[in-house]
Amino acid sequence: MTAPDPVTQEDLHAYVDGRLEPADELRIEAWLAEHPEDAAAVHAYRLQNSRLHDEFDSILDQAIPPEMEAIVTGRPRGAARLPRPWMNMAASILLLLAGGMGGWLLHGTQGPPPQGPAGTFADVAMGAHRVFVAEVRHPVEVPATQEAHLVAWLSKRLGTKLRAPDLTDAGFSLVGGRLLAEGDLPAAQFMYEDSGGQRLTVYVRAADETGDTAFRFVAKDNVSAFYWMERAFAYALVAPMERTRLMAIAHKVYGDLSPR
Amino acid sequence: MDDIHRLIVDQIPHLRRYARALLRNPDAADDLVQECLTRAMDRLHLWKPGSNMRAWLFSILHNQHVNAARRLNRRPDKADPERDHDALRPAPPEQGSRHEVRDLGRALEQLPEEQRQVVLLVGLEGLSYQETAEVLDVPSGTVMSRLNRGRQLLREIMEQNGTPNLRRVK
Repeated sequence: MTAPDPVTQEDLHAYVDGRLEPADELRIEAWLAEHPEDAAAVHAYRLQNSRLHDEFDSILDQAIPPEMEAIVTGRPRGAARLPRPWMNMAASILLLLAGGMGGWLLHGTQGPPPQGPAGTFADVAMGAHRVFVAEVRHPVEVPATQEAHLVAWLSKRLGTKLRAPDLTDAGFSLVGGRLLAEGDLPAAQFMYEDSGGQRLTVYVRAADETGDTAFRFVAKDNVSAFYWMERAFAYALVAPMERTRLMAIAHKVYGDLSPR
Repeated sequence: MDDIHRLIVDQIPHLRRYARALLRNPDAADDLVQECLTRAMDRLHLWKPGSNMRAWLFSILHNQHVNAARRLNRRPDKADPERDHDALRPAPPEQGSRHEVRDLGRALEQLPEEQRQVVLLVGLEGLSYQETAEVLDVPSGTVMSRLNRGRQLLREIMEQNGTPNLRRVK
């Protein structure tokens, strides 16, 4: 073994907590094989985590006390001060944004910019992003461990051959996906996560109209989206990310999802 | 229920689990969660849509807990983080007999509170180190050192007292 980076206590905890990249996990495992003291510590820390769950997880299965739920649901005063939900956001504002920020042309055959429907589309994709990335226990319906099943299922429901874009190079791995309903239309959402826990989503559904469009960009409330239409399907990439980095990922998503 | 309220309600079981592990006393734990939810609803206009609801709620819960301890003038002494004076916890266990510390909860009680918080947020609630730093409003280096000390100490406590799954005895 060539002299690898020395393994620190921090590395051991990150290993225990599953916070390492696969390459680093291998490095730690090689180290542990030769350092029984550290291996014993790792074993002990893992045992602590599992015993914590044994001891306290039963609370998760208890019904939520009604008085707690009432604090959240029974006080419309708090809700009234909120900005309007993104789902209800006036499409006209989106149109302004979309019109002002478009311009990067993906390829030669440009249709007209996606007006109303695509504006609404980005809005819905961003709404779906916000709702599901916040999920801790159920962020996806089908996990990445069943990727083949996930892709086959969503492809069948959407009536097109989908695949889950490979965003490994951008540092994101597939968490899984889910089927959503947008009005009468089935829509697919793939979710990805990087090592820091940041999540991005890819949203796909049949387009309201045919015609290809350029990438269009919209940003709102710390979440950005690139969205486009390609041969009767509409696509959106949504993440809390600045435009340049998101665009690089959008290229990759486009390349992986474009009908062949 | 609209989306934002759904997001909050979804976190209630996790807030309760953490509060229970932190305080041990179920009534005190649920009181703390209720205070947290009340505070969150008062401050809902400050939550940024799309930001991390879980971290936001846990940080409110943490602040409510710290404030409660401060009101009782029993706040853990910042200058001496190894000492633990948490007024909301039940009295510490009698000097541990072997039997008592097999109860993980009692072993946790022997950790300084600042270490216990990190051990629970990371090990039980699955927060990332960055989220934990945000929740506790401390640098991530502090999170790592508290995690390291907390886990080492917990290990010593459990191993010293003959937890059956661990053979190494000091």
